[in-house]
Amino acid sequence: MTSTTEGAPTRGWKLPPMGVLGPILALIALIVLGAAMNPSFLAYANITNVLARSAFIGIIAVGMTFVITAGGLDLSVGSMAAFIAGLMILVMNAALPTLGVGVPIILLGMAVALVAGLLAGLLNGFLITTLGIEAFIVTLGTMGIYRSLVTWLADGGTLSLDFGLRTFYRPVYFDGILGVSWPIIVFALVVIAGEVLMGRMRFGRHCAATGSNEQVAHYSNVDVNRTRLATYAMLGVLVGVATIMYVPRLGSASASTGVLWELEAIAAVIIGGTVLKGGFGRVWGTVIGVLILSLIDNILNLTDLVSPYLNGAIQGVIIILAVILQRESRAKD
Amino acid sequence: MTQTDRTPVLSLRDVHKSFGPVEVLHGVDLDLHAGEVLALIGENGAGKSTAMKCLAGYQAPTSGEVRVDGTPVRFSSLHDGELAGIVLIHQEFNLAEQLTVEQNVFLGRELRRGPLLDRAEMRRRTADYLARVKCDVDPGARVASLSNSQKQMVEIAKALGRDARVLVMDEPTAVLTRREADILFEQVDALRAEGTAVLFTSHKLGEVKQIADRVAVMRDGEVVRTGDAARMSEDEMATAMVGRDVSDLYPAKPGLAADAPILLRVEGLDVPGQAHGIDLQLRAGEILGLAGLVGSGRTEAMEGLCGLRPARARRIEIGGEEVRIRKPADALDKGLVYLTEDRKLKGLLLGKGMRENLTLASLARYGTFIDRDAEDVALTEAIREFDIRAGRRDALVGNLSGGNQQKLLLAKVMQSGPRILIVDEPTRGIDIGTKQQIYAYLRRLAAEGYGIVLVSSEMQEIIGLSDRVLVMRQGRIAGEVTGEAIGEDAIVRHAMGVAARVEAA
Repeated sequence: MTSTTEGAPTRGWKLPPMGVLGPILALIALIVLGAAMNPSFLAYANITNVLARSAFIGIIAVGMTFVITAGGLDLSVGSMAAFIAGLMILVMNAALPTLGVGVPIILLGMAVALVAGLLAGLLNGFLITTLGIEAFIVTLGTMGIYRSLVTWLADGGTLSLDFGLRTFYRPVYFDGILGVSWPIIVFALVVIAGEVLMGRMRFGRHCAATGSNEQVAHYSNVDVNRTRLATYAMLGVLVGVATIMYVPRLGSASASTGVLWELEAIAAVIIGGTVLKGGFGRVWGTVIGVLILSLIDNILNLTDLVSPYLNGAIQGVIIILAVILQRESRAKD
Repeated sequence: MTQTDRTPVLSLRDVHKSFGPVEVLHGVDLDLHAGEVLALIGENGAGKSTAMKCLAGYQAPTSGEVRVDGTPVRFSSLHDGELAGIVLIHQEFNLAEQLTVEQNVFLGRELRRGPLLDRAEMRRRTADYLARVKCDVDPGARVASLSNSQKQMVEIAKALGRDARVLVMDEPTAVLTRREADILFEQVDALRAEGTAVLFTSHKLGEVKQIADRVAVMRDGEVVRTGDAARMSEDEMATAMVGRDVSDLYPAKPGLAADAPILLRVEGLDVPGQAHGIDLQLRAGEILGLAGLVGSGRTEAMEGLCGLRPARARRIEIGGEEVRIRKPADALDKGLVYLTEDRKLKGLLLGKGMRENLTLASLARYGTFIDRDAEDVALTEAIREFDIRAGRRDALVGNLSGGNQQKLLLAKVMQSGPRILIVDEPTRGIDIGTKQQIYAYLRRLAAEGYGIVLVSSEMQEIIGLSDRVLVMRQGRIAGEVTGEAIGEDAIVRHAMGVAARVEAA
C-alpha cells in the first residue's frame, strides 16, 4: 500500500478480468462451433427460433438476477408460470361468451397474468421478509403449491385456450416488428430496463448492498425488507410477462408446463457471473447465460455428434465450470 | 503475595505482541498458580484479551516467553495449548448449537469402540462432568435449548473433559444474571479446591473482590499492578485501571459559548430491554461524551434514537422542533447521523469499492439515474479531506487498513450533510496517528457548529475530547460530569456504580 491515493479517476481502458470475459468468450465459442457444424445454424430462422425460445427463461432470469443479487432465491417461478398460464386460460375461456374474440379479452388475460404474478411474488416476498422464513423454504413450498394448483385446475390433464381465441392470440408469439418477433422485443426491453435499474439506479445499488451485507445496508439507510420484497414482486411480474408470451405459443397449460424453468433461470444467472450468495449481479451476464444454455440445446439438436438427451449433462458441466472460473478470477484479485 | 515460592503452572515473561506496526502488549508478566483464581482487569483496549490469547496458545507472542511449569513452550496451535491442559472459554460460546451437550463435550475427541462411537461411555462421562459442576442438564439436550448459564457450565464441563489444569475465561459473567453468576462462582470455587488455576476477566469489580485470590491490573498493554484481592479495595482497582495524563493527542477544548443553541433534546428514550428513560441535551458546538461499560446500553440507546432499532421516546426535538424518528431515513432527513461502532459488519461493504460505499447512504443526492461522475468527484473530495490512503482508487474497501476504513466511514456519514453526529467508538482498533486526525476533525466540526455525541469505551478519549460527559450504567444515565470534573475517577465510579458509596463514605 502506498501512502497516497491517486487523485483522479482512471479512465484508461484495460482488458477486463476473466470473470467478465469468460461468459462472453464461451458464447462466442459456441456460436463458432455451431456455425462450423451446421450451416443452417446461422440462418435467420434458426436464430429467431433460439432467441424467441430463450425469451421466456430470459425474462424470468432478469428478475431472478435481482432476487439473487439481493441475497435471495426463488424456486417457485416454474410452477408459478404454469399456474399463471392455467389461470389466464381459465379466465379468458370464461370471459369468452361476454367479451367475444377480440383485443379486450387478450388485454384481460394479460392483466390477469400480471396481477397474478405480482401477487404471487408479493406472497413469496412477504413470507421471506416480514415473517423471516428462509427463501429456500418459502419458495420450495410455493413451488409445490402452484404446481399442484395447476394440476388441480386442469384436473390432471391439459387446460386449452378456446380455438378461436388461440388463433387470435397466436401473433403475440409468432409475429413482430420488422421480422423480430414479439418475445424477442419484449425480452430486449426487459433486459435494457433491468440493466439500467441494476447499474444506474438506486434500487440496483440497494439490492447489491442488501445481498452483500444486510447489516451494513440497514445502517446505510437502505430499507432492507422493502428492497427484498420489491425483488420478489418484480420477479413475479416478470413471470407474468413471460407467461403472456408463452401462452400463445402452445395455447395450453398442464402440470408439465414450466417444469425446471426455475433451475434454468438460476443457472443462467450464475453462469452470467452473478454471485449466488448475493451482493453482486449483472443483468447482461444473465442474458449471456440464457443464450449459452439455449445454444447448447440448439447445437445438440442440429448436429448428431452428441445425443440431445445429454443436453442436461452438458448444461450441468457448464454451470459448474462457470462457477469454478469465477472463483479463480476472484482469488487473483 | 503468598505464592511466590511455588512454580507457576502457566506464566508470561516479558511478552510483547504486535499487530502489524502497532504493539499492543509491552512486556507483560503474569503468573497463574495451581489452586488460585486470578482476576485480570483493565479498561477496554488495555490488552487483556490479547494477553489471554497468548496464554492459551491462540496467538503467539511477538517476543517473550510463555512458560508451562517454568519451562518455556511455543504453542504452534490451539491444540497444543489444550494438550498442555490450558482451556480458554470465549465470551461468545464456542459450542455447536445444534449438537447435544454430550456431542459438544466430546467434540473432536470422540470415544470409540472399534469403528463405532461409544455413546454409552461418552454419555456416562458427560453426566459425570455435569454433576461435578452441579449442572442439571441432560447430556442428550441440544445446546441451542440451554440458557446462557447452562452453556457456560457446559463449556466448563468440556474443560473438565479435557483435564484442564488452567482455565481461562473471558468475561464469563457478562452474559449471566446475578444468580447465574453465583452458580458459576460456586463451580470456580470447586475447581480451585481441586487445584485448577483459573484466570478470568471482568468489568464488575464487586465480583472480582468476591471470587479472585489475586488481581492483575492492565493498562495500555502493561500490567501496572498485581496484588491480593483481599487487600485491594474496589476503588483502588478502579484507580489503578485509569490514571494516565491526557497527552496532546487531543485538541484543545475552546469552551462552549453560553448562548449556544440546543440542537438536540431527548426526553424519556426507551429501547426495550436495553436502555430506559434516557434524557439528553446537545448544544451546537458541543462534544458530549457518552461513557459506560460495554453492555451498559450506550450503543443501543443511540441506535434507538436514530431509528436503527425499535425505540420509543417521550419527546425528541431537533433544532427546537419536535420530530418523530421511526426509521433511519427519518433521522437522516433531520440531519442526525450515526457512525456505527462496527465498521466491518455494520459500516462498510468490504467486498465493494470506495465509491459505492461512500455514497450508499445518500444515493438520492446522485439523481434517479446515478451520476457516476458526481460520485467520483465526491470520492476525490473525500480522499483529500479525510486523507484516505488507499493506494488505488478502485481498491476493495476490505483491503484498506482499519484507519483508512474508519476515515471512509466518517466520510460516508458526512455525505448526507448532517448537523448532529453520533460517533460510536470512532477510533476503535486504529493507530494513534489516525486517532489524532479523527479527534482533530471532530473538534473542527464542533467549532463549525455541529453537535457531536461521542460514544466510547476508551476513557482517555472521552476525557480528552468531551465538553461534558454522561455516564450510562445498566441501561440508564447514571451521572453527568462537566468541565474540570471530567476525569477517569469520576467516570469510572459512575460506570461501576460505586459513586454513591464513595460519596456516602
